[in-house]
Amino acid sequence: MAKKHKWQDLIKDPLNENNPITVQVLGICSALAITVKLMPAIVMALSVMVVLAFSNLIISLIRNYIPNRIRIIVQLLVVATLVILVDQILKAYAYDVSKQLSVFVGLIITNCIVMGRLEAFALANKPLDSFLDGIGNGAGYGLILIIVAFIRELLGSGTLFDKQVIPQSFYDAGYVNNAMMLLPAMALITVGIVIWVQRSMYPQLTEKE
Amino acid sequence: MDRNSNIYTILFAAVVVTVSAVLLAVAVMVLKPAQERNKRQEKMTDIMYTIGLDKEALSKKAAAEGKKLNYKVIEAYFNKYFTKQYALKTDGSVDNTVKAFDINMKAEIKKSEKKQRFPIYVGDVKGKKYYVIPLYGKGLWDDIWGYIALEADANTVKGVKFGHKGETPGLGAEITKKWFENQFAGEKIFDKDNSFKGITLSKSNKDPENTDKEDHEVDAISGSTLTSNGVTNMIQERLQHYVPFFNKIRQQKN
Repeated sequence: MAKKHKWQDLIKDPLNENNPITVQVLGICSALAITVKLMPAIVMALSVMVVLAFSNLIISLIRNYIPNRIRIIVQLLVVATLVILVDQILKAYAYDVSKQLSVFVGLIITNCIVMGRLEAFALANKPLDSFLDGIGNGAGYGLILIIVAFIRELLGSGTLFDKQVIPQSFYDAGYVNNAMMLLPAMALITVGIVIWVQRSMYPQLTEKE
Repeated sequence: MDRNSNIYTILFAAVVVTVSAVLLAVAVMVLKPAQERNKRQEKMTDIMYTIGLDKEALSKKAAAEGKKLNYKVIEAYFNKYFTKQYALKTDGSVDNTVKAFDINMKAEIKKSEKKQRFPIYVGDVKGKKYYVIPLYGKGLWDDIWGYIALEADANTVKGVKFGHKGETPGLGAEITKKWFENQFAGEKIFDKDNSFKGITLSKSNKDPENTDKEDHEVDAISGSTLTSNGVTNMIQERLQHYVPFFNKIRQQKN
């Protein structure tokens, strides 16, 4: 039977030493695509967290009834249903943000973190543990998203939450926004730098030769 | 029951699918009105934006009247400033069976020219007349759209508003930025001989400061030639359908 998990570890681990993006290296594609601005990144992070937590919960609740042969399809169905719900709710109550996120909300379905956690955790653990695991991994994903989006929006557009933060006098003195930061390539490099910084702070994360 | 038997698997799948289908159907039905309202609100704010009533101006106005800028207030302003809207036929006559606001441009431009109806919104702000025309076309990656407002002479551009589905951020997506949209103000769509010219996004423009308002050109965006061409073509293609209507207005004036 499943081993006992400490609840605080379920939340805490994915934030750092078992972070879905920087350590498990899952969900990179969406991390590159929607980190141009902070606001969509935060909404995306929340959406992923909700989908992750509830799909973990639901799959864990029915884990003993799912026929093994169709378990991936059942997981996909649960995830897809939740994602469509989130998408519809955003369209109804956060229209501007949903326009910015456009297809990426739908693409949460293909976010490897979701399927990864369902297979690796929810199928073998109790509902409450699974729910917390979803919250934790969603938070870990969101944390990296927000760090990357912060750097990219600040350097790429000179704004934070669409408010100008780099004063006009900088521009007058010849400062130029780095348009490279707005392109996905720089997002990948930024994620790489975040991973680098994290690994030099926590050497135990580095793989042994 | 054996959980690996075919019957169990099929039954399980059927139950799960039914539950999720019912759930989604209910959610879509419940949320539909709010989503439709968002779309209508966006359409109204976009149209008002082109004649200089942007969100800031509207919220100031609303605040002065002690109101908050919500859907109802926006609708009230829209109905106040845009008292007339027409769905035009190709010859410039009005089709009274269709309401211009309800026309979905994306679906409409796929119809043949004869079957299409061309929406136009007639605005009236403090005695000044404006004609706002919806645009729809193709950018580099996906659809682009917008609105263009003409002054009472049906020639001078008052303002524009662009939107896009998936143009490159920082390049093609710049068409939605203020600096780009501001270039259009004052440009003319007809030349001195009254032939229709549209507005071209030009890279070989000898007028990068855009001081010449008679050249039917504004500055294109560097690095996004195909989005710029898309905007040029969209303006050209959409506005030419309204030329008979514009000509009627222009003849009445002279």
